[in-house]
Amino acid sequence: MTATAAPPAIAVSGLRKAYGDHIVLDGIDLELPRGSVLALLGPNGAGKTTTVNILSTLVRAEAGSARVAGFDVATNGFAVRGVIGVTGQFSAVDGLLTPRENLLLMGRLHHLDRADRGKRAAVLLDRFELTEAADQPAAALSGGMRRKLDLAMTLVGRPSVVFLDEPTTGLDPRSRRVLWDIVRSLVADGVSVLLTTQYLEEADQLADTVAVLDGGRIVAHGTPAELKRAAPGSEVRLTFADVAALGRAADAFVSGVRDDATLTLAVPSPSDPPSVRAVIDRLERSGAVAEHLEVATPGLDDVFLALTGPDARKVAS
Amino acid sequence: MSSVTLALTDSTTMLRRQLVHLRRYPSLTLMLIGMPIFFLLLFVYVFGGTLGAGLPGGAQPGAAGRSAYLTYVTPALVLMAAAAASQGTAISMAMDMTEGIVARFRTMAISPGSVLAGHVLGSVVQALVAMAALLLAAFGIGFRPSAGLVDWLLLGVLLVLIALALTWLTVALGLVSKSVETASNLPMFLMLLPFLGSGFVPVDSMPTAVRWFAQYQPFTPMIEGVRGLLTGNASTATLVVAGAWCVGIALAGYAWARALYRRER
Repeated sequence: MTATAAPPAIAVSGLRKAYGDHIVLDGIDLELPRGSVLALLGPNGAGKTTTVNILSTLVRAEAGSARVAGFDVATNGFAVRGVIGVTGQFSAVDGLLTPRENLLLMGRLHHLDRADRGKRAAVLLDRFELTEAADQPAAALSGGMRRKLDLAMTLVGRPSVVFLDEPTTGLDPRSRRVLWDIVRSLVADGVSVLLTTQYLEEADQLADTVAVLDGGRIVAHGTPAELKRAAPGSEVRLTFADVAALGRAADAFVSGVRDDATLTLAVPSPSDPPSVRAVIDRLERSGAVAEHLEVATPGLDDVFLALTGPDARKVAS
Repeated sequence: MSSVTLALTDSTTMLRRQLVHLRRYPSLTLMLIGMPIFFLLLFVYVFGGTLGAGLPGGAQPGAAGRSAYLTYVTPALVLMAAAAASQGTAISMAMDMTEGIVARFRTMAISPGSVLAGHVLGSVVQALVAMAALLLAAFGIGFRPSAGLVDWLLLGVLLVLIALALTWLTVALGLVSKSVETASNLPMFLMLLPFLGSGFVPVDSMPTAVRWFAQYQPFTPMIEGVRGLLTGNASTATLVVAGAWCVGIALAGYAWARALYRRER
């Protein structure tokens, strides 16, 4: 089979889902090429988990089509389940079993033979730094270790498409980095990953493509770099002691945006030192004395805030 | 792998998991096994002297009454042991549902019925252990069954059927519960039903309305069946009625549990 003949890891079109009157997904399209990472980014309630639940055969869509590795999730759920691995938002670990037993249980359910089960468990315990805690009950693990065990269990069956629903929520920065490294190594092995997250940095770090989901629609789609380009430009923010000084400065910068409540003037400007110096020079010539200066550059956070939430929806409609 | 092999393999895996749970969480098992034995001691040594004297046949109050009552009440407590064990079924099913592990199982290419089958088989094992422990305890304090080999074999079959019926029902109760607390309370009626039957006193001594309920509720033929087999004079009609109740409750519980398990969450 040639690479072009292989179906994409995930192909979704016109996917809709509602619970009663509440529309959760309002017709979304997605495609995840094999061996890449797609981040579904969005605020709480945007429909990220519902998308994962539909693609992992837990929930049925109302309309639209969804295929995973070429298998239709609605009509061939068993085949889909055979190629996927899912780490949901809530810990799916058996707390009464030890981490090793949890992994062996997964091995049995994947119908691996005895030797293979043991080997796979040992490899994953080692890779996820769980060997020391391998034989104590999983209920005693810390949140971060539980999360790692959760992901290790997902990988026992060597899935080719992996769903990670907010995998690092509640993790400390170090554990988060460990998880990121694991995701990168999965992708290096040719696994396709669909990741949902509220953290823009996470999408920036891991994803080849980002789809921003808000109110059940995809409001932006592209590489992290493309999305950042769509962000508002950088600016120099000047804060003054009183309205009089703010007024004098505002007269000097016609393009500045004045905020009397915070006594701030936001001046659009590139963030390189000569441009910032030019702003300071003009400020001095105006005679106004600023108390504080801040250079603000756009990040994915600004894209996120610009694209999602009630204000963004108002603009869109 | 054929679907039958798949179902057997995965159900065995899930049963192993349940048996490890029973070992890891011995306090629940011990409580569920211990409570009916406590009731046995209570009913024989505290109430037995007097209650035994009131049974048809008229033993003397005191030691003779106690001995007669031990023989009379043991079948009821066998049923109570099964009911207590099935309460554990509801709890462990609800724990699984709230833990997220079932969501994981549902995204895996395994036999869809194996999760429930594992719970049911594990609980049947637990119920049989609890019922055997109760019979041993009764034997230890002087109960002498007069069952023959065939009676014992039939008793084994009946107890397995009773365990299956109560377990499928309580698996469904565990699934319908939103929380582990609810799952622990919902099956409570199963513990109380033996009291409203022929388990502790003959139904003839009850007022009409209560007697009518006691005569026709499913626990009465089950208790009478166990009693008949233990004393070696079982009536075929009672055994058939008891068996039919068990099969009916098991099938209804099975259908309900399957529907609940397939429901989207």
